[in-house]
Amino acid sequence: MPKFPFLKNKESENKSKVFIPSRREFLKISTLASGGFLLGVNFQCSGPKGELVTFAPNVYLSIDSDNQVTIIAHRSEMGTGIRTSLPMIVADELGADWSKVKIVQAEGDEEKYGDQNTDGSYSVRMFYEPMRKAGATARHMLIAAAAEKWGINASECATENGQVISTSGKKINFGDLVEGLKDKQIPDATTITLKGFSSYKLIGKDIAIYDNKDIATGKAVFGADVDLPNMQIAVVRRSPVVGAKVISYNDAKAMAVPGVNRVVQIEGAGIPPGLDKPLEGVAVIADNTWAAMKGREALEIEWDLGENQTYSSAKQLDDMLKSTTGNGQVRRERGNFNAARQSAGKVIERTYLAPFYAHATLEPPAAIADFREDGSCEIWAPSQHPQWARQAVADALQMDLDQIKMNVTLLGGGFGRKSKPDFVVEAALLSKSAKSPVRVQWTREDDLHHDFFHAQSAQRIKATLDKNGNFSGWNHHTVFPAIGATASAAELHPSDGELGLGCIDFPFEVPNIRIETHESKAHTRIGWLRSVSNIHHAFAINCMLDEIAETKGMDPVDFILDILPENKDLDFAGEIKGDFSNYGEPLEKFPWNTKRLRGVIEKVVQESDWNKMVSDGKAVGFAVHKSFLTYVACIVEVTNGSNGQIIIPDVHYAVDCGIGVNTDRIRSQFEGGAQFATSLAMSSAITLENGQVQQNNFDGYQIIRMPQSPKKIHVHIIESMEKPTGVGEPPVPPYIPALCNAIYKLTGQRIYQLPIKV
Amino acid sequence: MEKYTIIINGKKQEVTAAEDMPLLWVLRDLLSLKGTKYGCGQALCGACTVLVGDDARRSCSLPISSIGNQNITTIEGLSQDGNHPLQKAWVEHIVPQCGYCQTGQIMNAAALLKSNSSPSEAEIENAMAGNLCRCGTYNRIKDAILTASKS
Ligand code: FES
Ligand code: FES
Repeated sequence: MPKFPFLKNKESENKSKVFIPSRREFLKISTLASGGFLLGVNFQCSGPKGELVTFAPNVYLSIDSDNQVTIIAHRSEMGTGIRTSLPMIVADELGADWSKVKIVQAEGDEEKYGDQNTDGSYSVRMFYEPMRKAGATARHMLIAAAAEKWGINASECATENGQVISTSGKKINFGDLVEGLKDKQIPDATTITLKGFSSYKLIGKDIAIYDNKDIATGKAVFGADVDLPNMQIAVVRRSPVVGAKVISYNDAKAMAVPGVNRVVQIEGAGIPPGLDKPLEGVAVIADNTWAAMKGREALEIEWDLGENQTYSSAKQLDDMLKSTTGNGQVRRERGNFNAARQSAGKVIERTYLAPFYAHATLEPPAAIADFREDGSCEIWAPSQHPQWARQAVADALQMDLDQIKMNVTLLGGGFGRKSKPDFVVEAALLSKSAKSPVRVQWTREDDLHHDFFHAQSAQRIKATLDKNGNFSGWNHHTVFPAIGATASAAELHPSDGELGLGCIDFPFEVPNIRIETHESKAHTRIGWLRSVSNIHHAFAINCMLDEIAETKGMDPVDFILDILPENKDLDFAGEIKGDFSNYGEPLEKFPWNTKRLRGVIEKVVQESDWNKMVSDGKAVGFAVHKSFLTYVACIVEVTNGSNGQIIIPDVHYAVDCGIGVNTDRIRSQFEGGAQFATSLAMSSAITLENGQVQQNNFDGYQIIRMPQSPKKIHVHIIESMEKPTGVGEPPVPPYIPALCNAIYKLTGQRIYQLPIKV
Repeated sequence: MEKYTIIINGKKQEVTAAEDMPLLWVLRDLLSLKGTKYGCGQALCGACTVLVGDDARRSCSLPISSIGNQNITTIEGLSQDGNHPLQKAWVEHIVPQCGYCQTGQIMNAAALLKSNSSPSEAEIENAMAGNLCRCGTYNRIKDAILTASKS
C-alpha cells in the first residue's frame, strides 16, 4: 500500500488495463431468460429471440442490442456524487440518452477497473480523461458502423440521445448497431477525437444524482442493508485502550441472552495497531442486532490495558505545545528567519490548538461477509477502498485475492473513515468462525471510541515585521501525531505528505521562512479525515495572517493580495527539505499557480459583502486556502443571536477547480463542507483519558444541527478550462479560519483553540 | 420472547421478539424494512424516525412492547411510488449527499407538515433539530420542506 492512501498513487493510473481491450471483453452474450438484469426493460431486441447482444468496448461501458446503455461506477459513492459524475462523462462523450442510462457499481478489482481508492478528492482529476475516452471510443465505433450502413462518410454523423444521426436526417438506435460491431477492431483510445467542451450536454451542468429518488424512498442500499439468508449479526467489544489485550473472558451471561449463538475472540494487532487490522476484541454473534448488543453488555472481559492506559490527550497537547518553543526539525527554509527576527521591528507570536476529531459518518461501520465451504468469501461493505479491503481480508484469512469477491454498497458517509478495512476484516473473520454469513454492526459508541482519528495538533507561528513594517519572516512550528505512526511506532514527525497539506506550501512572498516539526507519539489510531492536516494548517495560517494584517493596519484581503505573487508557478525549489508531493501530481501537470489563488480571492470579495460597510452586530471574516489542487477563498458572516450565540447568516465561497463536471455536486460539496467545518470549528472534539475516548455518542461528540447551521451558502464557481480537480475536501480548510476571523471582528476575541468557545 | 402484532404501513405484522427490542431492529432485522436507519440508538440523531400515528418518533428508543395497536408508518409506507410532496421536493432540490439520514429527515418533516402545513424557516429549524446530517444538507432540506409546504 502507498503510505498515504488518501494521496493519489502516481503509478496507479498506468496500472489500469482499461484500454487494453481483450476480445473476451468485447462481445458478451447474455440471455434474457436469465432474468434480473432486464426485468422491466421494454426495448426491442435485435439479436435472436431471447438473446441479448452486448457491445462492451471497455470495462466502463456496455450497450445492449435492446438499447440499454450501462455504465460502471468503479469508485465509491459516499455523498460526493461520484457515482453520477464519472458515468456522466462517459455518457456525454457517447451521446447516450442520460435518462435511460443504467449505472452499475463495480466490484473491488483494481486490475480490471484501475484505481478505486475513493479518497484524496482525486476521482474526477484522475478519471476525467479516461472516462471521456471510454465514451468516445464507443461513439466512434457506432458512428463508423452507421456510416457504413448508410454508405456515407463518418464525418456526416454524430450521436445524440442514444442514436447515431446524420446531417441528412437519418437516425438509428445504438442497439441496432451492436450486432454489426461484432467483428470490429476497437480503435486505439489515443487516436480518438474527444468532443469540445462547448458540445457537452451533461458536463458543466447541474445533473441530479443517480440515486436521488431511491434515497428519498428508502430503497437505496447501504452497508448494513444487505440481507443474506441465514445471516447472523455480530457486535464486538473492542479493546478500550489501543494496544489492550484480552487476558480472559467469561461468556456465560452473554450466551444466556436469547438469540445469542456464539462468542468469538478477535486477535488484534497490538501496538502499532495498523491501518488495516481489527482491534483486539470479543464478538457476540446472534440472530439479530439487538440480541448481539445485549449479549455484548453481558460479556465479562479481563483486559491487560497495556502501555496506553495512562495516556491523557490533554496532557499530550500541553506537552506538544511546550515542545514548539524549542528548535524542531527544519522542513522548509528560505532566507534566515533568525536574522529577520533579530532585526525585526515587531514580532507576533501565536499558538493554535486543535483537537482530535472523529469522522462520525452517520452510518457507523458495518460489513457483511459470507465465507463459504469452498474457501471463497464474498463481501458487501460500504468501503472507500475496496481493493485494500480485499487485500486485508486475504491477508487476515490467508487466502488468495481472487477467492474474495468484494461488493461495494452505498456509503452512509465516508470522510476517510471507510477507507480503513478493519471492520471488513472483522466480518470476514467472524463469518469464517460462525460458518454462516455475518454482518458486523458497529454501534455509534464503537464508532466514536475506535475511530482512526484526525490528530490533535499544536502550532506556533512567529511572524516578523521589519523596521519599516514590512512582513519579513514566517516561522511555523507544527506538531501532531502522524498517520504513519498507526502503522509504524517509529514515525514521530509528520510526514512530507502531511506537511504538503497546506503547511509546507505556504505560498506567500516573505523573504525569510522556516517551517519546523516536533516529535509526538500516537497513543490512539490516527487516520485521515476530510481535508486531513489542511484543517489545522489552514486554521493557524489564516488566523495569523489576519492578525498580521491588523497589526499593519491593513484590510486582510489587501494584505494577502499584497504578499501573493501576481502570476507565478511556485515550485518551492531548494527550500523544502523532503518531498513536495503536490497531491501525487507533477507540478508541470498541475502547477501551484498564484494567479488562480488571486482569482478566487477577487471573486469572493466581489460576490460578497466584504467591501460594504458592515452594520452593527454583523461581521465578516476571510480566509483562502488551496488544497487537493483546488483553489478556494471563503468569506463567513456572523451575527449575535438573541441569547448570545453566534449565528452564521451567509457564507460565500469562490472555487477554482478547473472544469466543473457536475456543477450541482460542486455546490453541494461546498454547502456540506461548510456545515462539516462548522462542526469542527464550533462543536466537535474527541478527548482521551486513561487511554480511553471520553465521548460516547452524539451528546458528547456534537455535530451541528439545523438551528446552528450556516443559513445561506453561496458557491461561486470560476469558469475555467483547466484540468478538473476535486471538491470533496477543499471546502473545509478555509471555512474554519474565516469563521474565526469573523468572530474576532464581532466579539473582539481571537480564536487560538478549536473548538471555539464563545 | 413474546409474540406481537403490530401495524406497519397499514398492514398487520406478527413478530416474535424480546419485549425490549426497539422498533428499529424489529423493522430492520425481523421485517426487512431497511429504509429506517440506525445512527445512534439513543434518540440523538433522528436517522430511525418513523411516524407513530401522526407523530415523529425515534424507533431506536421505542421498545416493541410499547407499540400496541398504534399505526406505524415507515418511509416504505409514506407514499405510493415515492410521490409524497416531500419526496418530490427532495428529488427536485437534489437534497441527498450520502443519503443515509434522509429517510429519517423526510419522516420527521412529514410529521411537521401534518401538524403545521406552512411552517416558517425558524419553525422548520426547530422541528428538524433532532435530525443530524453529517454531510450537511440542512440548507436543501429546509428548501425542500418549504417547497413541499407550498404544494
Ligand atoms: S438511531 Fe434513533 S435517533 Fe439515532
Ligand atoms: S446526506 Fe449524508 S448524513 Fe445526511
